[in-house]
Amino acid sequence: MSDKVNLTIDGRKLEAPAGSTILQAAKDANIYIPHLCHNDELKPYGACRLCVVEITHRNRTRIVASCIYEVAEGLEVQTVTERVLNVRKLVIELLLSRNKKSQVLQDIAQKLEVEKSRFELDIKGCILCGMCIRTCKEVVGVNAIGYKSRGFTREVATPFDETPPDCIACGSCAYVCPVDFIQYSEKNGVRTIWNTEFPMQKCTKCGRHIAPVKQLDHFKETLNLPEDHFDICLHCR
Amino acid sequence: MENTIKAIVEKYDSNKGFLVPVLQDVQKELNYLPREALDLVSKFLKVSISQVFEVATFYKAFSLEPRGKYQMALCQGTACHVRGVPLIVDHIERTLEIKDGETTEDLMYTFETVNCLGACALGPVMVVNEEYHGKMTIAKTDKLLKKLGKEGNA
Ligand code: FES
Ligand code: FES
Repeated sequence: MSDKVNLTIDGRKLEAPAGSTILQAAKDANIYIPHLCHNDELKPYGACRLCVVEITHRNRTRIVASCIYEVAEGLEVQTVTERVLNVRKLVIELLLSRNKKSQVLQDIAQKLEVEKSRFELDIKGCILCGMCIRTCKEVVGVNAIGYKSRGFTREVATPFDETPPDCIACGSCAYVCPVDFIQYSEKNGVRTIWNTEFPMQKCTKCGRHIAPVKQLDHFKETLNLPEDHFDICLHCR
Repeated sequence: MENTIKAIVEKYDSNKGFLVPVLQDVQKELNYLPREALDLVSKFLKVSISQVFEVATFYKAFSLEPRGKYQMALCQGTACHVRGVPLIVDHIERTLEIKDGETTEDLMYTFETVNCLGACALGPVMVVNEEYHGKMTIAKTDKLLKKLGKEGNA
């Protein structure tokens, strides 16, 4: 078995490494497929369903999420068909129902010619794509936040809805959140995230705030750096 | 509590993959999952507390609140429902003075409704501490409650 497979996306013949996803192959060929919950740094997850495409394999067509569907020899992919657009429209309506205000979602809706969502919901804004949780776990490696409960009541939460003990206040979760739902602020040497105030460390030379003490401690510990490693900020070095 | 949890975790070779059975055992031992216990599970099993919390809140079988000595689960599946479960729910809620899913203050009774228990032919079905009671009626419910030490005043 060779480690490359041949497939076509929107009629273009492509070669892609076996084991990669349709989304990846499309990206490499500069074919755009809308997506919300995918990030190259994270493992494929498939939560938002915006990236659906239509595939034909052995004369059968199917709608699949391109960010988790592996390429295969002879696979034919259509990224824009009537069926695909219908599904995407429904998906964006459902996502919008959880967060009407998000500019990102509104822009996608506009492109899909969806004016407004038919679904009225009383949800505060999280679309449960899991980007924050996965980043915290896979990239930052601290696992400070997670899901709580399930089904309709599922939400992203800190343990016991309190100050997350493992959080280092790096802010990565807020950064990756596609709908800007995670509150994050920095004022007077304090970074506030997950309803918790994290004091920041001052540069001993210029007095500027470098980063939250907990975050620097985390770096020192994982990278085995000397205790005074972050006493002086980058500018003063 | 520390030793109890430690023993349970060690029974599973401190293997992270056994988080669910560990929590099941903890709940069996303590009758619910107190916060302290979850913190200890996280510590001994080396699983982050956020993950322990996620699993503990995901499954309905786990409870983060204290539960009663007698745990009553009344089936509300279709078959039981059509045979009059709503009336029994009403009756129990009034007798115990708690709502579905709650526990009496004296920690004697927890009452909750569940979906199909898989014994439809016996409907309405109520399970009390793993014991099945079939063909429940208001009168039978009363008898049962009396046996468990609860005299109805309604
Ligand atoms: S990007 Fe594929 S499901 Fe979200
Ligand atoms: S509906 Fe009650 S046991 Fe099936």
